[in-house]
Amino acid sequence: MKHIKTINKANLKATAAKGGCGKCQASCQSACKTSCTVANQKCER
Amino acid sequence: MIHKYKLCGYNVVLDVNSGGVHIVDDLTYDLLTDVEPPLAEKCPEEVLEKLSKFYKKEDIISCYEEVLEAYKEGILFSEDNYEQYADMSVASPIKAMCLNIAHDCNLRCDYCFASTGDFGSGRKLMTYETGKKAIDFLLEKSANRENLELDFFGGEPLMNFDVVKQIVEYARSREKEYGKRFRFTITTNGMLLDDDKIDFINKEMSNVVLSVDGRKEVNDRVRHRVDGSGSYDKIIPKYRKLVEKRGDKEYYVRGTYTKYNLDFSDDVFSLVDEGFDQISVEPVVADPNEPYALTEKDLPVIFKEYEKLMQRIVDYEKTGKKFNFFHFMLDLDQGPCAIKRLRGCGCGNDYIAITPDGDIYPCHQFVGDDNYKMGNIDEGTFNYDMKNDFSKMHIYTKPECHDCWAKFYCSGGCNANNYKYAGDTRKAYRMSCEIEKKRLECAIVLRAIRMGESADPSEC
Ligand code: SF4
Ligand code: SF4
Repeated sequence: MKHIKTINKANLKATAAKGGCGKCQASCQSACKTSCTVANQKCER
Repeated sequence: MIHKYKLCGYNVVLDVNSGGVHIVDDLTYDLLTDVEPPLAEKCPEEVLEKLSKFYKKEDIISCYEEVLEAYKEGILFSEDNYEQYADMSVASPIKAMCLNIAHDCNLRCDYCFASTGDFGSGRKLMTYETGKKAIDFLLEKSANRENLELDFFGGEPLMNFDVVKQIVEYARSREKEYGKRFRFTITTNGMLLDDDKIDFINKEMSNVVLSVDGRKEVNDRVRHRVDGSGSYDKIIPKYRKLVEKRGDKEYYVRGTYTKYNLDFSDDVFSLVDEGFDQISVEPVVADPNEPYALTEKDLPVIFKEYEKLMQRIVDYEKTGKKFNFFHFMLDLDQGPCAIKRLRGCGCGNDYIAITPDGDIYPCHQFVGDDNYKMGNIDEGTFNYDMKNDFSKMHIYTKPECHDCWAKFYCSGGCNANNYKYAGDTRKAYRMSCEIEKKRLECAIVLRAIRMGESADPSEC
């Protein structure tokens, strides 16, 4: 495409269908714990 | 829903519900201001007329065709159909636990949310007996979850390190029989680190968070001892040693920025200069009346600073070197599934915190608040109604999050901060939201830059 360049897979919908297994790390969005936030987590399945 | 913004010469369009990230030209950017779903097969006349003052007609038409194609493909103006999944983890097992192993601390950091370590309820250390019961509780309540997480927190956990060791040993001894795997993490201020503790941490802890705020003068102003003297010179050599011996295992040096250091990109780079490559520097969350608190008036300066940090990272990477800045880490392809993204933390639902007295709270930030005491490990009590209520906290039950473009990255923010500073666990705390959104915008552009996407450099 000339005007639009998509830079990722845009696959969020597909992840819903097979997701929700709960194997991934628990996350904390707060500043006091950097252990993990949702956006930089990985799926562990 | 889409979100579009210009940053550093890039026109970015985020399709919220598919997760699609598009870099577009000016024409597309302007066109997307004027069209709304459902899209017609042909470019609407009024749009054509409006844009033809600035662009050629045939370009507008070909641009519209591309927009329409992306729309049909479901990567532009896609629908939000995730609400049906929101109830999926209502009865989820508890799989993560924060052990407040020491309600005591050897520093007196100004901004401590734990009231200098004791959470306002007296200095105490957790006993091995209580820790053991906490492990048993987790093993039992985690049902079919195999990966269990246990974070040693405080106060300062190294003040009770013998018990940390005993608890780790006990948990490991029961892994097999239950078919579980523990992942331990620890957060420390570093003051009591020695070779023995470093070796134990590096062997047993899958992640370690090392607190330090950046430049020496910045750190020592707020992170000081009881007598007011700073901590920097004491902790940095210990952190270096720990990291050197750690190999590839995860760690973070983690700082807090406050009103005193709104130029925090200098702190990030000061940590880089000290030799660290996994860095997190985050905004203080505090009562707005505190002198160090960030307020909405600071937002424009904070935003500029994140842009500056992004630029500095780009320049740094051009020299062939690299480090990770935690809040710019964003995997646009392999991140967690949409269902996970509906709720940020599982506090009070799949995650709980335990105090030295064995009291159970939804998470470390609720500790000490009687309204949120969920039970007690020794007494064998646990409030399932409260767990149930927390399980329903997700982006569809939080009004501001429902319509927010950042919802699948932020996942509804921090329930505890919402409660403390916006008055309700389900009410978004605006300061945090604004900073979260800015970081996301920067993280996406950083990713585009790293992919070699071209942009108008004059605008950066
Ligand atoms: S907490 Fe704020 S930034 Fe996060 S999803 Fe909710 S409204 Fe958006
Ligand atoms: S409520 Fe806030 S501090 Fe507590 S676990 Fe959730 S994100 Fe973290």
